[in-house]
Amino acid sequence: MSSTPKTLFEKIWEQHVVAQQPNSPAVLYIDLHLVHEVTSPQAFTGLRQRGLRVRRPDKTVATMDHSIPTTPLSVPIADAQAAAQLQMLADNTKEFGIALHGMDSPMRGIVHVIGPELGLTQPGMTIVCGDSHTSTHGAFGALAFGIGTSEVEHVLASQCLLQTRPKTFAVRVEGRLGTGVSAKDIILALIARIGIGGGGGHVFEYSGSAIRGLTMEERMTICNMSIEGGARAGMIAPDDVTFEYLAGRRHVPQGAAWERALQRWRALPSDAAAQFDKSITIAANELEPMVTYGTNPGMGVPISGRIPDPAQISNAAARASIEQALEYMGLQPGQALLGQPIDVVFVGSCTNGRISDLRLAAQVMRGRRVASGVRMLVVPGSQEVKRQAEQEGLDRVFRESGAEWREAGCSMCIAMNGDQLRPGQRAVSTSNRNFEGRQGKGGRTFLASPLTAAASAVSGHIADVRTLL
Amino acid sequence: MAQFTTLTSRVIPLPRINIDTDQIIPARYLKVTDKAGLGDALFADWRYAADGTPIADFVLNQPQHRGAQILLAGDNFGCGSSREHAPWALTAWGIRAVITTDVADIFRSNALKNGLLPIVVSGAAHAKLLEFVEELPQCELQIDLATQQLTLPDGSQVQFPIDEFSKTCLLQGVDQLGYILNYSERITAYEATLAG
Repeated sequence: MSSTPKTLFEKIWEQHVVAQQPNSPAVLYIDLHLVHEVTSPQAFTGLRQRGLRVRRPDKTVATMDHSIPTTPLSVPIADAQAAAQLQMLADNTKEFGIALHGMDSPMRGIVHVIGPELGLTQPGMTIVCGDSHTSTHGAFGALAFGIGTSEVEHVLASQCLLQTRPKTFAVRVEGRLGTGVSAKDIILALIARIGIGGGGGHVFEYSGSAIRGLTMEERMTICNMSIEGGARAGMIAPDDVTFEYLAGRRHVPQGAAWERALQRWRALPSDAAAQFDKSITIAANELEPMVTYGTNPGMGVPISGRIPDPAQISNAAARASIEQALEYMGLQPGQALLGQPIDVVFVGSCTNGRISDLRLAAQVMRGRRVASGVRMLVVPGSQEVKRQAEQEGLDRVFRESGAEWREAGCSMCIAMNGDQLRPGQRAVSTSNRNFEGRQGKGGRTFLASPLTAAASAVSGHIADVRTLL
Repeated sequence: MAQFTTLTSRVIPLPRINIDTDQIIPARYLKVTDKAGLGDALFADWRYAADGTPIADFVLNQPQHRGAQILLAGDNFGCGSSREHAPWALTAWGIRAVITTDVADIFRSNALKNGLLPIVVSGAAHAKLLEFVEELPQCELQIDLATQQLTLPDGSQVQFPIDEFSKTCLLQGVDQLGYILNYSERITAYEATLAG
């Protein structure tokens, strides 16, 4: 054992380097490869062209989430292109011997929801997927990041990736969150502070008393949006909260193997004297619910705040960027966010589509109605989340309030599955991106927490949930 | 993999900052199962009106930029999703290099695997380039990857950084999967050490 203090990231990285030549990236071993229909077809085609097999089908798991509709799947899929893409994943996984949670699997769902749910995601692992929100899995103390389709092919063929070692960025969140303030608000506040490129070249490690106090699902919400701060990965040291979540899940080691795993996992947290390349500290008790006003996730303000005035910004490119955002959003400098009228509310996605997110939204919706003229979609992150919610009667709460209760999938977060905004429509969304057109061409997205989304749905405009609790 | 050695081309100015991959190619074009043919989807929401007609004042639609192979973009280009469809769309349209002051990590990695060179320059060099391109849209820029130099129309030169490995891969068209597969024995040995 070396005595040099190490970060969580460094420990996992060093355990996974298979080879490293000078002035070259490391050949990094990948423990878990998650696959979905959108970023994999060309990778399987590449394998076929080279006559290669999948090296470790046992470390590869596929599901359907992005282009799959969230209407009942008993009905044939109307979009022929989406249907063909989904069929191709079914064919590819069959040909290459990969487990698939497909159309009729009770465990199907958004890839970053089912990985943890099934216990596939474990501390100390390297986890990749052709999806930038793979950072979600870092909540378990794994090194998890999104990759492109060429890299999907590399991992399928070799179980390895060529990776240059990133730097480390400590994000310390200390103190207690106020009522109505949640994990989503922590991550939106961080991104507002550092900007969407602020974590470029780095891996975040979230720590501090506020992070320790979060549930696993809340930690996933935070790690999920690491990429929105420019960091390819975000991690949280595993602790008893992590182990309690994992115990007994389908793919987690059992019996003596579980005890051995615990021993390994307990050695993962960053050593006390470990050094980070960068750091920031956020006071949790000073945070308010956050909402974005612009066209990237860094354009966020506390909900009681006002839309910034570009005229106050001296950097020309940054000023132009805010001007363009306000024009796209149809907003004026200096306007309050509270009270902005909305057309749609979307609760779901790999950021906030888990059972605890739905419980929070339902808590606000119970006994209230979705405001007239507002469409609300509630989309569970997985079929398992859907079943659990129905067992708890949350579906009834949503339906009775006038919201739509749908099948699992990425839905309106990515708008390539039939769920989308119409041009000009404004949505409060619990998803992760408010880029132009992200939720449908011309659609205008305000990112917020499930609590804020639900409060806005019943109010018909952007609302502060603290006035309803 | 596609090679990149030198390139002399006119430059398309698109100095917006934080151009995300949803702008480079909107998600609805991601239902394809091939890499090829995505050139028409490049910047689709900025390029076409609702009825599908090209928007005349968007740079890609301006006749003086037709055939140009270098994009001069604002800071933090390619942020957002990991979709490799972004470099596929750029290269299908004809772009071979993107010059910016910073490029998002995943986009950079994807671009390099498709013979698309991300070039990061200082704010001052970026401003000078933009000035040239806006004044003289027909001016050509030379990129020499081996010497890591841009030559501006006035003959001045700007050095740009790139790591040795990526440079070699681009210059020689190294097949990265082939490179990894050369380590197959080491991978097998590594797997033998994994805890059960």
